[in-house]
Amino acid sequence: MEPGEIHALLGENGAGKSTLMNVLYGLYQPDEGEILVDGKPLKLKGPSDAIAAGIGMVHQHFMLVPVFTVTENIMLGAEQVRGGIAGFLDRRRARREVAEVSERYNLRVDPDAVIEDLPVGIQQRVEIVKALTRDVDLLILDEPTAVLTPQETEELLTVMRSLRAAGKSIVFITHKLGEVKAIADRITVIRRGKTVGTASPEASRDELAALMVGRNVRLTVDKGTATPGEPMLEVAGLVVDDDRQVRAVDGVDLTVRAGEVLGVAGVQGNGQTELIEAIMGLRPVLAGTVSLGGDRIDGWTTKKVLRAGVGYVPEDRSVDGLVKEFSVAENLVLDIYDRPPFGAGLALKPDAIATSAKERIEQFDVRTSSADAAVGTLSGGNQQKVIVARELSRPLKLFIAAQPTRGVDVGSIEFIHSRIIRERDIGTAVMVVSSELDEVIGLADRIAVMYRGRIIGIVGPDTPREEIGLLMAGISPDAVSERADAAPTGGAATDGGPASDAGSASEDEA
Amino acid sequence: MSDPNPQSGSPDKEPASEAQAAQTALGNTERAEPSTPGRSAPDSEPKPNLGRMFLDNLWAANTFTVTLLSLVLAIVVGAVLMIISDPEVLSTYSYITSRPSDALNSSWTLVSEAYANLFKGSVFDPEAFSGWLNGDNGWQAVLAPISETLTYTAPLVFTGLAVALAFRGGLFNIGAQGQATVGVILAALAGFLLPLPPGLHLLVAVLAGALGGAIWGFIPGILKARAGAHEVINTIMLNYVATYFLTWLIVQNGVQDPTRPDAISQAVDTSAQLPRLLGDNLRVHAGILIAVLATWGVAWLLNRSTLGFELRAVGANPDAARTAGISVTRTYTLIMVFSGILAGLGGSNMVLGSTASALTPLVVAQIGFDGILVALLGRVKPWGVLLAALLFGALQAGGNRMQSYSGISLELVTVLQALIVIFIAAPALVKAIFQLRAARAARLQTSLAKGW
Repeated sequence: MEPGEIHALLGENGAGKSTLMNVLYGLYQPDEGEILVDGKPLKLKGPSDAIAAGIGMVHQHFMLVPVFTVTENIMLGAEQVRGGIAGFLDRRRARREVAEVSERYNLRVDPDAVIEDLPVGIQQRVEIVKALTRDVDLLILDEPTAVLTPQETEELLTVMRSLRAAGKSIVFITHKLGEVKAIADRITVIRRGKTVGTASPEASRDELAALMVGRNVRLTVDKGTATPGEPMLEVAGLVVDDDRQVRAVDGVDLTVRAGEVLGVAGVQGNGQTELIEAIMGLRPVLAGTVSLGGDRIDGWTTKKVLRAGVGYVPEDRSVDGLVKEFSVAENLVLDIYDRPPFGAGLALKPDAIATSAKERIEQFDVRTSSADAAVGTLSGGNQQKVIVARELSRPLKLFIAAQPTRGVDVGSIEFIHSRIIRERDIGTAVMVVSSELDEVIGLADRIAVMYRGRIIGIVGPDTPREEIGLLMAGISPDAVSERADAAPTGGAATDGGPASDAGSASEDEA
Repeated sequence: MSDPNPQSGSPDKEPASEAQAAQTALGNTERAEPSTPGRSAPDSEPKPNLGRMFLDNLWAANTFTVTLLSLVLAIVVGAVLMIISDPEVLSTYSYITSRPSDALNSSWTLVSEAYANLFKGSVFDPEAFSGWLNGDNGWQAVLAPISETLTYTAPLVFTGLAVALAFRGGLFNIGAQGQATVGVILAALAGFLLPLPPGLHLLVAVLAGALGGAIWGFIPGILKARAGAHEVINTIMLNYVATYFLTWLIVQNGVQDPTRPDAISQAVDTSAQLPRLLGDNLRVHAGILIAVLATWGVAWLLNRSTLGFELRAVGANPDAARTAGISVTRTYTLIMVFSGILAGLGGSNMVLGSTASALTPLVVAQIGFDGILVALLGRVKPWGVLLAALLFGALQAGGNRMQSYSGISLELVTVLQALIVIFIAAPALVKAIFQLRAARAARLQTSLAKGW
């Protein structure tokens, strides 16, 4: 690592990126080998040693106390005290320090805001500020963009650029090729715990992807034209509240036809989650109707909806999709355990479950030591394949996939995408909700953009990214066409433009 | 206890999926072993290698080893407590530097006799055996310790299963005591109020006990499911309600024994009593058979039934269960009802068996609270619970003899039980004391921490 460099660490899920960085941060002890800092070997016994050596880390899952304020979280572990032995917390000084650091690096955070009220992007910023207040020279960001919206990602990249300008080194762990190309100075690719190559950011996406997974992968979704049939899912005037009893879906009308993919794009938190949960019977419908193939299904239990031929990949697989302590085989029957051939009356049929598990592990290329291994021991991509395998193994009328490839490695993304298209081609109505715009554009035959609980526009997949980006930011189609006329469309080079616009727009609403 | 073979058998019997996971974990460590340099034994035949692996695993911090060593630690601490609480032995320590043999001898005599009596009172008494050979006493005397142990074991199996079942479903049922209390009330009322023919009478009385427990489990279950009320708080509160309801009920007309001035109810009709298995002189009764049956039933329910699948799914991840179409509210209610049924059966054992035949304020003793310990000791697995209940039953049976022969107070048994569970709940401590190799110690901890 050079000072003032952004070094990207690229690798599939389970390649060993996070483990390596945890060793660097002193959380794990190396079995062999050593770490050199400024030419001197470094022995790290714990994170405090690492911090002392000038290494800071922002974890994939934030290490923040939700009910504390920003200042309190930042001072945590390095509390400023006054009053000698009485040890009063010097909140004022800590607050001043936070303000100073966030000023210096242009990282705007409100020192008095309570963490749980802040959006994820800002929480991450708090983590960065926290590391910076400890005077680190090397900052490790472990998959920082996995939880961010495109706008927040763009802001994070800006922050990283300014940190680089200030002479800090950054290790940027990710498996998203676009971000790497946008920001990294040097790229190291890791596969199965070994460095398999270094590359410059000029290398093409395909080259990098091939290095990562060890073979050539297709990044664009290969699909024929859709042949839409009868309307399968019809949503009319749907109104749904979120957990805090705040209106989340506010009069949505949607139709998904058999044999087509409807993509739902939108910045996270604009009602997409609540929309699909309401369709699945997981959330009460306050007004409006949902029908499946002509039958009203609003008010049905989730079990009845699933039984009616709806497949559902929930957006948070570790919370809603899988029981981590259960085996792969058990997770593969999580929603059909009581139907033949897996259950008869009160009894389970372990043999049938095991046989079908073997078949589906094979079919869906789930990499696991055995069907009896706990699903929590699998990598993210393979966990997601378990869910997809479960949902696609029965005849479906409608398939709803929310964030189907979030936190999933390139190889698995390709596989899951091809499965979704195959499902469309056999005549299932498919609804894909994703905050990855590329994914929506790649998969969908029509794209519905959600903004503040409403469908703000439905466009075709060949609509320019910029236009969809503006829709996601709540700028209506008329305004879009005006803007589109004014701004010269220059392909990838202008990507940052509308995205940062959208970012500032979403900040205005906050 | 020195023979390793029966010990090695017991963990294999556990059918739960966690046991399978633990076994694969063991398998992993086994496979990892040969890679360590210097450990391979190329000259010897393959068999001893297997034995070596077994020993290695025995000394790893797996569930079984930690349980066994916890037992050892508890016995050691118990010995120290005996010495401290005996003034005569303690006085020899005042001149330990001049005559250490006095202190050591008297301590050894005290402790070894006490534990010998514990063993003789619960498992096997050699004197009774030689007496039987010489014709001094009948075979009943030989089986008396076992009979006592099984008598104490039966109700603990039920309450242990009750707590374990709820635990697997993600609920911490502190209310087995209350559920057992309501169970004992209904079982006893059915036992002396209903004029029914033998056989049917017993069946009705046992089912009445189950019904009582079910009602007392249903209340916190439905409150949890519908109102989100925490089951720990509600079951604790319902324990008080049940206990004082029992105290009030006993002295009511038609319930209290008319010939007695104190708080005791009429006796249960003989037609409603569980038959004794080994004649009238030995107390062991059919309750232990029902207990084994219940253990099998709970094991089947958990691992082989759709309901058990729902229960475990809800216990491990209620969000995923709900998303997969499982009704979490229905499952919570059912878990508490089943848990209550088991605890209620445990309660009915206390009045329909040989322990007592009438209601008194303390008729259920501590079986509900002991059930929590039994469930933890049995690692919340059905067959584990059965073994744990057997151990606790033996401690109680042996404790009686230890008290009357060695003068060690019965409370020491309770202390021993508590110590065992404390050591088991802190596997890291046991690991540190015995310098065990790390093997899935984290798993032990989580299995006990869940439910909170």
